[in-house]
Amino acid sequence: MSETLALEVRNITKRFPGVLANDGVNFTLRKGEIHSLLGENGAGKSTLMNIIYGLYSPDEGEFFIDGQRIEIKNPHDAITRGIGMVHQHFMLVPVFTVAENIILGSEVTRGFTLDMTRAREEIRALSHEYGLEVDPDAVVEDLPVGIQQRVEIVKALYRRANILVLDEPTAVLTPQEAEDLFRIMRHLTERGVSIIFISHKLKEVLEISDRITVMRRGKVVGTTTPAETDESGLAAMMVGREVVLQVEKGPAHPGEPVFAVRDLHVLDERKLEAVRGISFEVRAGEILGIAGVQGNGQTELAEAITGLRRVESGAITVDGAPVPDRDPRFLFERGMGHIPEDRQKHGLVLPYPVADNLALVAYYKPPFANGIQRNDAAIMENAVRLIDEYDIRTPGPLVPAGNLSGGNQQKVIVARELSRQPRFLLANQPTRGLDVGSIEYIHKQMVAARDNGAAVLLISAELDEVMSLADRIAVIFHGKIVAVVEPGQVTKEQLGLMMAGTPAEEVL
Amino acid sequence: MNTTLESPPAWKQYLARWGWGLGSALLLLVLVLWNYAQNPTSTEAVLASTVRQSTPLVLGALCGLWGERAAVINIGIEGQMLLAAFIGFLVNVWTGNLFLAVIAGVLTGAVLGALLAFMSVTLKIDQIIGGTVINILALGLTGYFYQQGLTTHGKLQAIPLGPLADIPIIGPVFFNNPPITYVTILLVFFSHYLLFYTRWGLRTRAVGEHPRAADTLGVDVYLMRYANVIFGGGIAGLAGAFLTLEAVGSFERAMTNGRGFVALAVMIFGKWTPLGSWGAALLFGFATAMQTQLQFAGLNIPHQFIGMLPYLLTIIVLAGFVGRARPPAADGVPYEKE
Repeated sequence: MSETLALEVRNITKRFPGVLANDGVNFTLRKGEIHSLLGENGAGKSTLMNIIYGLYSPDEGEFFIDGQRIEIKNPHDAITRGIGMVHQHFMLVPVFTVAENIILGSEVTRGFTLDMTRAREEIRALSHEYGLEVDPDAVVEDLPVGIQQRVEIVKALYRRANILVLDEPTAVLTPQEAEDLFRIMRHLTERGVSIIFISHKLKEVLEISDRITVMRRGKVVGTTTPAETDESGLAAMMVGREVVLQVEKGPAHPGEPVFAVRDLHVLDERKLEAVRGISFEVRAGEILGIAGVQGNGQTELAEAITGLRRVESGAITVDGAPVPDRDPRFLFERGMGHIPEDRQKHGLVLPYPVADNLALVAYYKPPFANGIQRNDAAIMENAVRLIDEYDIRTPGPLVPAGNLSGGNQQKVIVARELSRQPRFLLANQPTRGLDVGSIEYIHKQMVAARDNGAAVLLISAELDEVMSLADRIAVIFHGKIVAVVEPGQVTKEQLGLMMAGTPAEEVL
Repeated sequence: MNTTLESPPAWKQYLARWGWGLGSALLLLVLVLWNYAQNPTSTEAVLASTVRQSTPLVLGALCGLWGERAAVINIGIEGQMLLAAFIGFLVNVWTGNLFLAVIAGVLTGAVLGALLAFMSVTLKIDQIIGGTVINILALGLTGYFYQQGLTTHGKLQAIPLGPLADIPIIGPVFFNNPPITYVTILLVFFSHYLLFYTRWGLRTRAVGEHPRAADTLGVDVYLMRYANVIFGGGIAGLAGAFLTLEAVGSFERAMTNGRGFVALAVMIFGKWTPLGSWGAALLFGFATAMQTQLQFAGLNIPHQFIGMLPYLLTIIVLAGFVGRARPPAADGVPYEKE
């Protein structure tokens, strides 16, 4: 790592309607360093990176590469200046081969014909040089996410990028894949590539970075190094106050069972049994956590419980009375709240305004409806109140929900579901992909709902989350509950073993 | 760590994709040969007619294909063909020149393509509505300006390709055709090459599958869509020119007779590929040729039923009974720059 700057941006300002996304941002990247950019959802990290890559044009500001002032008006300018970006949502054509994806836009040709032989050779050479094994002839949609990400990196290197922007690259990776990525990143910096790493996972940032810059509400709060700070220090910089990384909650006072499933069997898309005889009950005033590695039947279980998927056999009861199969509204009317796994697909109607999304579960009855007519005044009043109460950062209640950051989208769902004071709350991966500030907030709200007497079922793949939130933990493996334990009685390692299929008798 | 998923061998994928079509083609071939042994002249007539009937369908399908590969659905092929047929016809009547007339037809199609591109790429109007606008426009304009009794100055005539034309079966079918039919066959192979082996094709397909990915790599999505829709429009224009200047020699109201829509079925049947579309068009052309033949054969079936054959085939194809085809992922979706 040297002191020369690969990239410097000065005074970047970018306004969107109603939002100041970047406010006089200064940022420097030294040659061969990994510089992390940390911040809450909506702090302006992605905006800054999109500006550097030429996807947005800033309202004010200057760029310098190797000390030279330059203009970046579009991605093409950025690419010619040696900037490469791996987007959070991959920019790969699924039906193309790896080689086709890599050469797109910078094709090698012989006459008019694409020279795929040469492209393959060049890709293989790059793969070897940087330790990024990819098969040029594999079709991208057949590849696991980790390999797809590798293709994205090779794509940037193919364009001779020496500045690499990685936008939340670990959000989609398994822990093993993330380790692999870190190894690749270190390898790249040894070869003179400078990396901007965007994340909101504090542990990762501390592990991999040379320097860390924190943004909050469009501004740079400060730059530090892993040696000078720790997780709580970073969290405080991000959020602007001390953040409680551990959930604060008193002991549970469980009451009557509100919700129960008995010997539940559910099939998945491929008609294979995904839930294989699960029974549990959730009592008023407790949080039951379901811990498990993803793909062990959690999705199907949640869908069956909310009436979105057909139950093969078994019973679901609310207050002891059986629930008719396949009727989400029946459950909502009996006080169920649902924070779905995929907030964009199942939690919100993205093109609808925030106000309508906040009225989505009860739009058909008073006060939101007068007969067949909607009552706009009531919907707006409800929205204004909830936006304030749940601290949803939106330019206004009429902005489409899709324009909000992930954390604020999730807050819209939490506000909608919890403001109805549900008697039973199903929260499926409620904090996936969120930053510490939003996680803290949502955890607090869930504990508050519990203390108000709601029965809460928490499904999560994050061990830390289950350990700190749940009053009882049920471990799910291959569609069965293999153990029910209390958080105080097990260690993380023991839970991890049971989630991986080791019988409970051997672990406990 | 090698985590690449196993995919089935190439020949298996190929068979799964094209097996149905290849199988039926083989069956047809056997039937044709058997029939040829029985009655050579009528077999040759049916086959030659198949190729000619398929010409406007292949051209229409190529038009649809170039649009949809760039994610613009073109249901205005019918209108593009019709207006091009009309303008080509008029230019011939005025100038007496067939070549100029064909060029005029192609240009007409291209201009309508530009109109469709403007509506769907720039204005981001629903593409089905945009296509319908073109269909209604063409029907209205040609209906209004049409005068009865006009005929062209001559027609494009068949040009036998020397000794090739004397080969039994193949000769009269493929090597004794008028110019637009030859151009069509060339266009099929040219389109295949352009789409799958050139920079242009790669970018076109990228824009149809994942426009944002193309955009982040500096590919101009709007330019690609405009160019491909206009190119496709020109091909539809050639189909129109075929109808008036090569096939019929005069213009009639609504003479495209649904071929633009059948062409879309052909394109889908051909799985959005030029060669596949050609095969599918030959099948449709064969159905049409048989229809004529069966009517002469004096079967005791009302001719309306036999006339339904190609359209019946269209419904079967469009209803998805034949294989599973996957359209380009971004098909029909306007692109918004960030």
